[in-house]
Amino acid sequence: MTIAVTKLRVEEKLYQNRYLVDPGRPHIKVQPHERPSANLLALTHICPAKCYELNDKGQVETTSDGCMECGTCRVLCEASGEIVWNYPRGGFGVLFKFG
Amino acid sequence: MIEEEFDAIVVGAGMSGNAAAYTMARQGLTVLQLERGEYPGSKNVQGAIMYADMLEQIIPDFRNDAPLERHLVEQRFWLMDDTSHTGMQYRSDDFNEAKPNRYTIIRAQFDKWFSRKVREAGATVLCETTVTDLVRNAKGKVIGVRTDRAGGPIYADVVVLAEGVNGLLGTRAGLRKMLKPQSVALAVKEMHFLPDEVIEQRFGLQGDEGCVIEAAGTISRSMAGLAFLYTNKESISLGIGCLVSDFAKTMESPYVLLDAFKNHPSIRPLIAGSEVKEYSAHLIPEGGYKAIPQLFGDGWVAVGDAAQLNNAIHREGSNLAMTSGRIAGEAIIEIKGRNQPMIRRNLALYKTMLDKSFVVKDLRKYKDMPALIHTNSRNFFMTYPQLMSQAAQNFMRVDGTPKIEKEKATTAAFIKARSRWGLISDVVRLALAWR
Repeated sequence: MTIAVTKLRVEEKLYQNRYLVDPGRPHIKVQPHERPSANLLALTHICPAKCYELNDKGQVETTSDGCMECGTCRVLCEASGEIVWNYPRGGFGVLFKFG
Repeated sequence: MIEEEFDAIVVGAGMSGNAAAYTMARQGLTVLQLERGEYPGSKNVQGAIMYADMLEQIIPDFRNDAPLERHLVEQRFWLMDDTSHTGMQYRSDDFNEAKPNRYTIIRAQFDKWFSRKVREAGATVLCETTVTDLVRNAKGKVIGVRTDRAGGPIYADVVVLAEGVNGLLGTRAGLRKMLKPQSVALAVKEMHFLPDEVIEQRFGLQGDEGCVIEAAGTISRSMAGLAFLYTNKESISLGIGCLVSDFAKTMESPYVLLDAFKNHPSIRPLIAGSEVKEYSAHLIPEGGYKAIPQLFGDGWVAVGDAAQLNNAIHREGSNLAMTSGRIAGEAIIEIKGRNQPMIRRNLALYKTMLDKSFVVKDLRKYKDMPALIHTNSRNFFMTYPQLMSQAAQNFMRVDGTPKIEKEKATTAAFIKARSRWGLISDVVRLALAWR
């Protein structure tokens, strides 16, 4: 129940934002893994755009369309090589109206 | 794409990048500024409070046309538990002055204005351009950048890295280390729109007067964190941030914290009936003096959030950013004036000048605070706010209990929660770190 509620809650928030999605070019990728590390698993809770989710096999997947490019996941999981993070191409990604 | 070689390339069009680009362009340097957003400000997030003095030193007459929201006359500090807040507030008519000291701003609007000033000063500003790489010569000196636009590298004598807290260039090039989870906070924020007269009524404001609330306590669920509410002209910026290391440990969701803060009985009536128009998230450097990375090298300097120049205790960031950008610009102008190369030895001037400014002096003053707050977050953000609330309620509630017994109960509660030694040690450590 709580998962569905929080997901809805974040989606409602992200719906207010303006994005220019670069189709077919996600700027974040999760490397293939058997079991996620504690930090990677934490992203499913702490990513402010809820870009990270667990699949049926217990692995972490990402959909970066709603990403606000804060870099929290980079701080936690880039050094270990679990994720690959690049800026979206110029002009793409989140476009804050107020910031 | 661009054949010309520039005196300086500035990466990023936030506060520090705009300050650096403006300072250099005004003195006649050829400046190229690259911004990955669609427009300057489109990737930038701040609370936001802007401190006039630091902008005045760059653009003295900014008040003529800068998009300012409200000048601040009142600041409230709240210690919150789940049902209450214990507060300290300061309001003064002295802040209603000809040249007010602090303003709330909306970054996307402010940054567009600042960028227009940069272009008017003569810099070339290119948006929708992500810098992907630094170009170095055989000796390792940075001599330019590569971008995601068609065409080859663009060259310059010096590159100013104003790429923000989540700057990829400097970390990928090995100029500085990746941020540590315990020296950076994740903040989420919403923009709540209300008619200006409603805001003025709710906060007791007249005209362009503004009020800010900064709050800590059980709202951060024992994590080291801070919430805020800033009044803009026709909107309220409201948010909460906590250390990334604490988020990772507790697995709390930032949006859940934000919604809980909005629903707190002390906050809810202030934003009732508002229309939310944006939800944003951003990192804030919190490591202070000890986390400042290498600030200069052969052909490059780092400024603003990219250099982690943020005073977490006073919640000042953009003024340190503006000042470091200005000083970097002035150092580069000085070196250029002497016809010297933009190498490490000469660019050390930037650090020397910055060390003499309030930027480094303030950060040095609080050098031990980040570690103290990080290691004692439960006490400072959960135990003490609860104790303060109980003590205040105990003091105010009249129920026939003799006052002497009430006082004893309050003292006993503090000792039970932290022990005598714990209380003394908390006070001493806080005083030492503050000194």
